[in-house]
Amino acid sequence: MSEITQALGAAGAMIFGFDPKLIEIVLLSLRVSLTAVAIASVIGLPLGAAMAVNRFNGRRALIVVLNALMGLPPVVVGLVVYLLLSRAGPLGELGILFTPAAMVVAQTILILPIVAALSRQVIEDSWQEYQEQLRSLGAGPLTSAVTLLWDTRFSLVTIVLAGFGRAAAEVGAVIIVGGNIDGVTRVMTTAIALETSKGDLPLALGLGIILLSLVLALNAAAYWVKEAAQRRYG
Amino acid sequence: MLPLVLDDVSFSVNGRTIIDRVSAEIGAGPRTVILGPNGAGKSVLMRLCHGLLTPTSGNIVWRGTGNERRSQAMVFQRPVMLRRSAFANVVYGLRLAGISPRERELRAGDVLEAVGLASVAGRPARVLSGGEQQKLAMARAWALGPEVLFLDEPTANLDPGATREVETIIGQIRASGTKIVMTTHNLGQAKRLGDEILFLSGGRLVERTPVDQFFTKPASVEADTFIRGELPWN
Repeated sequence: MSEITQALGAAGAMIFGFDPKLIEIVLLSLRVSLTAVAIASVIGLPLGAAMAVNRFNGRRALIVVLNALMGLPPVVVGLVVYLLLSRAGPLGELGILFTPAAMVVAQTILILPIVAALSRQVIEDSWQEYQEQLRSLGAGPLTSAVTLLWDTRFSLVTIVLAGFGRAAAEVGAVIIVGGNIDGVTRVMTTAIALETSKGDLPLALGLGIILLSLVLALNAAAYWVKEAAQRRYG
Repeated sequence: MLPLVLDDVSFSVNGRTIIDRVSAEIGAGPRTVILGPNGAGKSVLMRLCHGLLTPTSGNIVWRGTGNERRSQAMVFQRPVMLRRSAFANVVYGLRLAGISPRERELRAGDVLEAVGLASVAGRPARVLSGGEQQKLAMARAWALGPEVLFLDEPTANLDPGATREVETIIGQIRASGTKIVMTTHNLGQAKRLGDEILFLSGGRLVERTPVDQFFTKPASVEADTFIRGELPWN
């Protein structure tokens, strides 16, 4: 018990003392996950909107596949991205394996289905309500999709934050494609795994506390944004 | 654009006939009220006329010249407000109609003034009262300057005060030269707002009569029993 208390104390000292190593890892984690969530949002939100307002052959199958991909195992994604980016792989010439760019690719693949599938569901629910009115006003599928993206923006923020939470908290994919190289590709989750195995509990705990705080803050922000928007805009 | 000609129009869903071989010509001038009990097919017939539904058989043709899509508008029983201000809701419809930005602002301001919503123009549309939202829906449609305005039970969810205000607005829109076609199952409203009655029962157009004659000397047994409040509900 005293060991844990000591480790917690040391972790607190690192956090409040702005330990450079800890800060470096946190900043890299944020850079990788925020980039991944931005790319996934740019692709996933319009994809979700397009699937919500358009009817085409194979749509139902695509929805089922997209929903299933929300449960993609990170290690499998890591393995596939590793094979694609390794020197012998089809994208080996890019030379980005074991770099933050590879980690962004892996995390984007992980969270893109989450953003697309959940936004499709949210927008389709609104589409049921808006469809006749928008068609009556002369809106085509593209205009309708853009309108719905804007009108459901507060629910979509929650989805994007959920995607970020998933990206920031996963370890399996980034450790495979990033390699957990100190100062280059070491992020919070991979560092926690490594430091725990080495017995360096203060750094692992410090990072764990920051990660938990981040997830908590994101959820609080998502809740607050939605509540405030509901009160303000109905 | 008028007259609107319905030629032997039927509409079925899953083998169930909702509109049964309706033929009629709706011309400019008199206010047309589509009257009938619940489930008679009034709203479906209106959606067919407005182009939101396609007939299973028969034809709906606008015989006059002009852009049929741009020259008609519709207000629904439950207005759908976009998550933006009342003013922006009116502007949205005008933007889709291809009106220039300057003209949009002018028209939106004028029409909100005319329906008595100028003081709430900047408020989010979804937090307005039910009556205000329906007036805003009327304003959004009126701003388009339609040749024909379809109103689907526009006061069905409103209290008597709001109903009176909406009926006044319908009078203003009519006075501005727009043809009014509305559905209702409210006999008093049909008397107040109609010049001619198209009476539907069981998806069939049972009779078409000037409003005075309809209430004093209906031509069909169904209309007679409906007026006396004895038509069985199916």
